[in-house]
Amino acid sequence: MSEMTVSHSSTGSKRVPVVELRSLDTLWFQVAGTVCNLACTHCFVSSSPTNHTHENLTLAEIAPFLEEGARLGVKEYYFTGGEPFLNPEMEAILEATLGYGPATVLTNGLLLDPVRCERLAGLAAESDYSLDFRVSMDGYDAESNDPIRGEGTFERILAGIRNLCAAGINPVITVTEVHCENASREGRERFFRLVGELGIDKPRLKILPVFRMGAEAERSGAYESWQKLRAGEAPAEGWLHLQCSACRMVTDQGVWVCPILVNEPEGKMGTTLADTLGGFPLEHPACWTCHAHGVSCRT
Amino acid sequence: MTDRNPKDDRSRKRDTSPLTAHRGMATWGEKLVPLAEFRKATAAVGRELSPEEREAEVAEFLGPPVDPTPVEGPFSKVAVFGGVYNNHYGLTALLDDAEARGVEAIYCLGDLGGFGPNPNKIWPLLERGGVRTIQGNYEESLASGLEDCNCGYTDPRDNHFAEISYRYTASHSSPEFKRWMGGLPKRRRIRVGERELLLVHGSPRRINEFLFHSTSPAPFLEVLLTQERADGFLCTHTGLPWHRRLPSGATVVNVGVIGRPANDGRTEVRYCLLEDRDGRLGVESVELGYDHRALAAEMRREKLPEKFVETVLTGWWTTCLEILPAKERHASRF
Ligand code: SF4
Repeated sequence: MSEMTVSHSSTGSKRVPVVELRSLDTLWFQVAGTVCNLACTHCFVSSSPTNHTHENLTLAEIAPFLEEGARLGVKEYYFTGGEPFLNPEMEAILEATLGYGPATVLTNGLLLDPVRCERLAGLAAESDYSLDFRVSMDGYDAESNDPIRGEGTFERILAGIRNLCAAGINPVITVTEVHCENASREGRERFFRLVGELGIDKPRLKILPVFRMGAEAERSGAYESWQKLRAGEAPAEGWLHLQCSACRMVTDQGVWVCPILVNEPEGKMGTTLADTLGGFPLEHPACWTCHAHGVSCRT
Repeated sequence: MTDRNPKDDRSRKRDTSPLTAHRGMATWGEKLVPLAEFRKATAAVGRELSPEEREAEVAEFLGPPVDPTPVEGPFSKVAVFGGVYNNHYGLTALLDDAEARGVEAIYCLGDLGGFGPNPNKIWPLLERGGVRTIQGNYEESLASGLEDCNCGYTDPRDNHFAEISYRYTASHSSPEFKRWMGGLPKRRRIRVGERELLLVHGSPRRINEFLFHSTSPAPFLEVLLTQERADGFLCTHTGLPWHRRLPSGATVVNVGVIGRPANDGRTEVRYCLLEDRDGRLGVESVELGYDHRALAAEMRREKLPEKFVETVLTGWWTTCLEILPAKERHASRF
């Protein structure tokens, strides 16, 4: 099935493309809900200190998903928020997860003090599986980063990265295309110089496009009506290049199709993973970004 | 803890700072709605299947693909290697070593080219050894005439090196050799003793999937093997050898590559020996020495990047390291 008919009370029914779940490779957890200690202007889930759209997941809530995920052959586990380290059980959750497979945490770096970094390094060393950290930045200096992430954050992010490195953890630095030069050849070379100056001798970088949703829609304008995927436009091999063909996202309110649509109730697919093994209609304009930019939120 | 800052111009432009705007509200798409409204909406959507329906969904989802690959063997001892990367010195050493150990068959898991010099020297060696080869992503690209490896590394220098090595191999491989590559099977099955093993390049499901030790968890491998109805599988593609025995008793091996060292500071390369030991499957990762100085000299004569030569001489990878997961990168020098 590569498309299906969807009925809307307002617009009648129409054919929309459908993505099948080919395999469940990546299992995401909205581990800190949408609560963050920052309120970045481009956050596509609009996380902020007061945003409780989704709440923390507890270890007890996560444990059954780890079991179910293992049975379904999950290859890797990802943790995001909000800011994951606002979740008081975060380290225990990581320890439990590393019994099942590799884990990656997407963090803003602000809560990475030296003591915590030492403990995380201990967890990483004890496990057979990789424990990886992705620290987000929006520019290669305070001038470009701070207007997006908040005043003074550039220096604090660098401090977090230094603490990780001092503990022997080499994070992936994630940079968005908020400033289009970030992704250019010059931008990337500037980045490699910056991390070199930080004393990181094994630089790791990931560049992400921005989704024009949530806070970002206010910053740069929402999607145009033509930016939608249409039935009949499916590539020959289907929609298997989209990350939703191989991922699901667990929040405190159930299982969503992907990490991007958590603020859309229609993105929710079920209660357990087994409820969500079917196809998903690609109706949201964000799906257009995924398709056009080949986005994957995983590293 | 919040990061509220009075100088933030967003808080001046709007009545409420984005840091506090959500009090009691949820983000629903582009709107702010009362939390309870969002929760009510999410509670109403999505499937909630019965336990029996869930079992049925999972069984269908994990259903095995049909695999008509014939089974070769049974053998009691075979050699399996991958990633020749044009290293004809390494391949020669492997054929001698495997013969001396009395193997009954030799299998190659693909990636014949790239990195090293003079690709056309590989084919006659494979023929000489009667090597049974499957296709790697390199052969797939070369046979289909791709101009570029499309590696898409984040670091521009990595793309530069990957392109040099692909173009060199593409322009130095004969058309007949490339045609032969195009006709190679993508998988084989062999029987060693009692065990039926699947041979693939990347993973059972994708020719270019990276299976590293620290990111190939046991439950994931068990599911792949249940789907394939095999007692184990062997792969290459990443360049790093490993071996995992699963709780079910199945075996998964990444045989490593014989084209360049295993990023461990040693110049030797690795391949895998499989042996039936009274019903148990013996798996040995063999360290293979070869004339790496001669390889380095020939690479220099062919004006291949000095960075590649450095890898041959030191045992440490110098380029395209971003594919490594955290643990493997941690153990890496660069
Ligand atoms: S937003 Fe992207 S990942 Fe999510 S359902 Fe749409 S295409 Fe898939």
